[in-house]
Amino acid sequence: MSLVKCTLKELQDRFTRGDVSAVEIVRSYFLRISVVESKVKAYITLNDKESMLSQAEALDHALSAWRKTEPMMAMPIAVKDNICTEGLPTTCGSRILGGFVPPYSATAVAALRLQQYFLIGKTNLDEFGMGSSTEYSAFGASRNPWNLSHVPGGSSGGSAAAVAADECVAALGTDTGGSIRQPAACCGVVGLKPTYGRVSRYGLIAFASSLDQIGPITKDVMDAALMLNVLAGHDARDSTSADASVPDFTRVFKKKDVKKLKIGVPLEFFAEGLDEEVYDAVGEALAVLEDLGGTMEEVSLPHTGAAVATYYIVATAEASSNLARYDGVKYGFRTKESPGLPEMYRATRQEGFGPEVKRRIMLGTYALSSGYYDAYYAKAQAVRTLIREDFDRVFRDVDLLVTPVMPTPAFQLGEKIEDPLQMYLSDLYTISASLAGIPAISLPCGFSRKGLPIGMQILGRPFEEDVVLRAARAYELATDWRKKRPRIR
Amino acid sequence: MSIEMSQVEHVAELARLQLSREELERLSTQLGRILTYMEEVNAADTGGVPGTASVVGDANVLREDEVQPSLSQDQALSNAPEAVDGLFQVPQIISDR
Repeated sequence: MSLVKCTLKELQDRFTRGDVSAVEIVRSYFLRISVVESKVKAYITLNDKESMLSQAEALDHALSAWRKTEPMMAMPIAVKDNICTEGLPTTCGSRILGGFVPPYSATAVAALRLQQYFLIGKTNLDEFGMGSSTEYSAFGASRNPWNLSHVPGGSSGGSAAAVAADECVAALGTDTGGSIRQPAACCGVVGLKPTYGRVSRYGLIAFASSLDQIGPITKDVMDAALMLNVLAGHDARDSTSADASVPDFTRVFKKKDVKKLKIGVPLEFFAEGLDEEVYDAVGEALAVLEDLGGTMEEVSLPHTGAAVATYYIVATAEASSNLARYDGVKYGFRTKESPGLPEMYRATRQEGFGPEVKRRIMLGTYALSSGYYDAYYAKAQAVRTLIREDFDRVFRDVDLLVTPVMPTPAFQLGEKIEDPLQMYLSDLYTISASLAGIPAISLPCGFSRKGLPIGMQILGRPFEEDVVLRAARAYELATDWRKKRPRIR
Repeated sequence: MSIEMSQVEHVAELARLQLSREELERLSTQLGRILTYMEEVNAADTGGVPGTASVVGDANVLREDEVQPSLSQDQALSNAPEAVDGLFQVPQIISDR
């Protein structure tokens, strides 16, 4: 089997056994990238091939004397370009960070680096994570490997496309309202948004701080667990990072069924607006989970209808505040000539930000402005409480929830770019878990007649990623979806 | 619903964005549409419901105030568009006179 088709687990096993060298890994992936990247456009920045090869040579040499490996050693992993990587440009898909080279690495990246992973490149995203298609990237859109005229989803569309196109073995994404799960569904791969606080946000460039989470995008559920093993843990540099114990997430896979698990089916997620093919695919997935021993129960999350509006008030308000730091003084882009400081701020931000980021800064600033704060921001925060309470209540009764990831398969490039509200509504099913801070995974559960992947979402209680992963893995092993690979043309 | 032009201009000023006339006009319609949709939040009865600012709770996270390794001055200034004498440089804000 070609090296680049390996899952993370398979590549780890082959490298640990010494069946494949670090140099071979680097060569294989750069060869693959040279063949498909011009079509997929998953990366904003690729790491330097020659320096990676010398890094790999040094590693092979060291191992020839004493073969002791770490799980992520020599694994070619891509990192979304809103996560700081020391020495490699980090753009957030924005002109405003032009020329920015982080002087430090995010904690999640440092954890991978400690195990001597290979940072293969930085992946494309909607500017600052604001979008559902990568079309809002200042560097142009990425393509869906299953059909190049369709979007890969977003905002972590570059990471999802890179994994699906075998341009890396696994990737880091970030999720604020669905930005890991939705592109994973569009590209037929696995995306896990951990519980808020599970993975440190230190070095993740902030969009909406109360919602942002780093998580893995991988070829299967086993790989997501392997990645989470490295990423999870408390970090004193992130005051919202949770001091919760971190289990070995792969241990739960000893059980290959979901016996004794109660699975809730929230009826609000299967209502009007859901594409028939997606409805059918998720319905069949529920039948598989039932065959595996799960008990199904219809449940209700009554405030779901207000989730999109709540999210777009809370997230834009936080964004307008977080993005105030881009003033052309400390890092990144500055406008050419200005008569004075306030003019420099206004012109720098005007030239540096793209249309969607400006729209969201405007929305957030409006929602926080005097006279509107109570009607929008304070109201949305209260509705967020009700949405959390909906989940608290159903999770007293069921262990997991199963829903679609998005209302339709991946849409076409250009289809929604002129209609921001329609773009926002495509986040309908992923937003609630973000507002509640609970873990959720997206995994393939079928294909549309046009051959585009369809994803299902499994949500769990806070810090119960193990239960989520167990059900996802049991489903994955009972089906063959992950074995189907895109032909890029 | 669309938003008054003067209001869009006011918000742009608060956000320090020097938007073009065309952008202001487009935003007045787009923001109007989006804000109309945002009124969905009013369907929920939130009387007496406290707001959620963060799902991790409100407890303060404290640590000892000890000197830790951090970025050097050179590293901190390495990304500045303009720096001089170990300082960030900005356009003049106080007149010479």
